[in-house]
Amino acid sequence: MSLKSWNEVPLGGVILEAGNAKEYKTGDWRSQRPVVDKEKCINCLTCFIFCPDSAIKVENGIMIGYDYDFCKGCGICANECPKKCITMKPEADFR
Amino acid sequence: MSTATIKKIKKALTGNEAGAEAMRQIDPDVAAVFPITPQTELMHAFAAFVADGKVGTELVTVESEHSAMSATVGAAAAGARAMTATSANGLALMWEIVNICSAMRLPVVMPVINRAISGPLNIHCDHSDMMGSRDTGWIQIFSENSQEEYDNIIQAVRIAENPNVLLPVMVGSDGFIISHALETVEIYEDAEVKEFVGEYTPDRTLLNTGKPMTYGPLDLQDYYMEHKMAEHNAIHNAGKVILEIGKEFGKKFGTEYGFFDTYKMEDAEYAIICIGSTAGTTRVVVDKMRAEGKKVGLIKIRVFRPFPFKELAEAVKNLKGLAVLDRADTFGGRGGPLYIEMKSALSDVKEKPVTRNFIYGLGGRDINTTDIETIYNQIEETVKTGKGAESFSYFGVRGDV
Ligand code: SF4
Ligand code: SF4
Repeated sequence: MSLKSWNEVPLGGVILEAGNAKEYKTGDWRSQRPVVDKEKCINCLTCFIFCPDSAIKVENGIMIGYDYDFCKGCGICANECPKKCITMKPEADFR
Repeated sequence: MSTATIKKIKKALTGNEAGAEAMRQIDPDVAAVFPITPQTELMHAFAAFVADGKVGTELVTVESEHSAMSATVGAAAAGARAMTATSANGLALMWEIVNICSAMRLPVVMPVINRAISGPLNIHCDHSDMMGSRDTGWIQIFSENSQEEYDNIIQAVRIAENPNVLLPVMVGSDGFIISHALETVEIYEDAEVKEFVGEYTPDRTLLNTGKPMTYGPLDLQDYYMEHKMAEHNAIHNAGKVILEIGKEFGKKFGTEYGFFDTYKMEDAEYAIICIGSTAGTTRVVVDKMRAEGKKVGLIKIRVFRPFPFKELAEAVKNLKGLAVLDRADTFGGRGGPLYIEMKSALSDVKEKPVTRNFIYGLGGRDINTTDIETIYNQIEETVKTGKGAESFSYFGVRGDV
């Protein structure tokens, strides 16, 4: 996304488009990335319930991974997972 | 030149009543009110107009100045022409939202009846309130008397709402000295003022459901500076608009307004530059000293933000001596706020007068014609002896200075 210059931004820091919060990728904040071991996962979806950012992807009742655009790396899922199959890894390892 | 067709009604009004009269004619959509001495009577008089059905304003009585400015900002963001008024500690309490108002580029107009900031507790005139908010991004205009207060409030609406400006404006008038003194004020006809002020048709409003938008979202490292830069340019460019509107006002109502006013400056060797009602006192002294053959003059600041530094440097550069009068201190700075600006303005020119800063009249201490004459004599003395040049000190304070 290219950033606008001072004379292109809307006056007064106003946001002119409704519902554009989804364009703001809060995943940029992440310093720790959750990684799931699907071998051990029992698809209980505890992680899905606890994730404050709706960043756990679920398809047909199966936990299939993460939406890294919005996962901010808080580690709640890893903490709550009853099978302890989510590991938080330094984001730098993925760059 | 005055267009003689405009009818003027002479009224005996206090500054506060003149301010209320301007507000009655402007008829803002929303006014948030909270009492504080010496502003109270302004909104009191305006509230009577609301109660009598003379205006259509929604009067919001709030529980503090912080709320007064918040309500005003909310109303302005919703698309209303919104006003409030305050003094001293009231302005201090609303400071948080004062900054938000300018950053949101909301064209709010606020009369400020200038009063000393506590403490020690004092309710009388000085400029410490507005000077304390000089860097908040608001346009700041000062008045010398009730007539100017009335004229400035009317112009402020046009300045604030100009699409090239879109910034809030404070109109300062000296507490008690102007606000509570009865003077003859020429009021223009309602229809003429309304025509001058015009309709307010904002293109960004919260209540426009067809074009939803968000005011006041988080603005982090990636955009904060761009928004500040836009604000920075807006207030610097506002000068042009202030002059245009001052001219237009002059054409219609007979008195043209600029950044500052000069009196007998053409051949002046010594001058005083000051703000507010002290200019009236100084003018009397200029006449007296001129009659005695002294080449003295006066510059009265009207617009403090944006500060007209180029024009002022030009206006004073040929003087021998310039006494800068400040009705506020900066506590630890290079003198009063006006002095700092003047020193900075003069740093751009080669030929410059000897300057000296007098901080006077704090907490409403009187400044009379004898004091002003003393100041003219002191600046002349300073030029001749070099003693006190480029210094700042309190005037009229007991003890050695
Ligand atoms: S780390 Fe936090 S934000 Fe990311 S998926 Fe887990 S619970 Fe959600
Ligand atoms: S909480 Fe653990 S076990 Fe349950 S779905 Fe999520 S990753 Fe799988």
